[in-house]
Amino acid sequence: MDKQTQIVDILRRLSGKPIEPAPDESLFESGLLDSFLLADLVAALEAEFSIRIPDSDLRPRKFDSVSLIRTYVESRS
Amino acid sequence: MPFLRAFGCYLPERVVDNAELAPMVGADPGWLLHATGIAERRFAAAGQSVAELGIRAARDCLAAGGVSASEVGLLMVASGSSERRFPGPASVIGAALGIPGVPAIDLPMASAGSLFGIGLAARLAASYGNVLVVGAEIMSRVVHLDPTSRDTAILFGDGAGACVVSERSGVAEIADSLLASDGDFAEALQLHLDSPLYMDGRTVILHAARKLPRVISELLERNEVKPAEIGAYLLHQANLNLIARVAQALGVEERKFYCNLSRYGNTSSASLLIAAAEWWREAGPRIESPVVLAAFGAGFHWGAVLARPACL
Repeated sequence: MDKQTQIVDILRRLSGKPIEPAPDESLFESGLLDSFLLADLVAALEAEFSIRIPDSDLRPRKFDSVSLIRTYVESRS
Repeated sequence: MPFLRAFGCYLPERVVDNAELAPMVGADPGWLLHATGIAERRFAAAGQSVAELGIRAARDCLAAGGVSASEVGLLMVASGSSERRFPGPASVIGAALGIPGVPAIDLPMASAGSLFGIGLAARLAASYGNVLVVGAEIMSRVVHLDPTSRDTAILFGDGAGACVVSERSGVAEIADSLLASDGDFAEALQLHLDSPLYMDGRTVILHAARKLPRVISELLERNEVKPAEIGAYLLHQANLNLIARVAQALGVEERKFYCNLSRYGNTSSASLLIAAAEWWREAGPRIESPVVLAAFGAGFHWGAVLARPACL
């Protein structure tokens, strides 16, 4: 499974909805992600990809689309 | 070892419910309650100052603890909403309490200010004896009560709380504290004197949801206390969902987290001490099991304090 699919799976699991976000779609603007889901998303990314996300990287804009999340995850892998 | 000796608080008389606030911010009262969990908040009267709220909370606290003002050796006042750059409310509160000569220190910190005050007081009590810590805020004047500022205007309220930290005796012994700051996110929550409060809620919640459970866990682990052994968690009353998340992360029932957010909203640095004062009135005067106080806010500043029942 590629990273993008894994990320969408995480978002589906967290939101509890069968969502299909476009890679560059803003997750905040589309309402797929809110403040608390973002905190859960960060924890899920750490577990799924065995990475550590430092507090200095906890900026919502880094996680605002599937593409941005994938780029970030790859930079930490 | 220092002790928590007493708590006190003061809430302005004017109650502003959602039916009154909703038209100001262009929202439906039901939506306000659903979005925030806040049913009502208090607004200070036009002539009241941050210092006046603090004075009333200080007097309430001193009376509750049987401490006379003349026994206070140091005064610390946290506020992020004081009316002027200087002097802050600390010296004014000291004067009103009739304790000239006693050092009065301002902590110009919102949200976590009173927690930092308690953490510092625990270290300074050995030198100063009774340390009076006050948190006082008039948040209703630092937000714009209009539709353009709705998302922040609906969250806040006014009030003041106080605590005496004593060198020799009290209702709970302060076992340890952990304080931390990270200025890399100073822009996320800020207030200038000439503009309304700005909050990047996503960044604030993201960091708070990570840092609060972590700092509490670290404090408990290094004191060999399990989260379930804590009798009450007294947190800065910022957000109901955040408090629930902290409880979930620690694996503790939410009922152990004292919550008065629905009645007062977020009173910034005052909220922790107001919550502590109300909890203590219900649970006290003796504290039977360990207590954790914790806060996170603008700065970012965050931390936690662990207190254990005092031996008789």
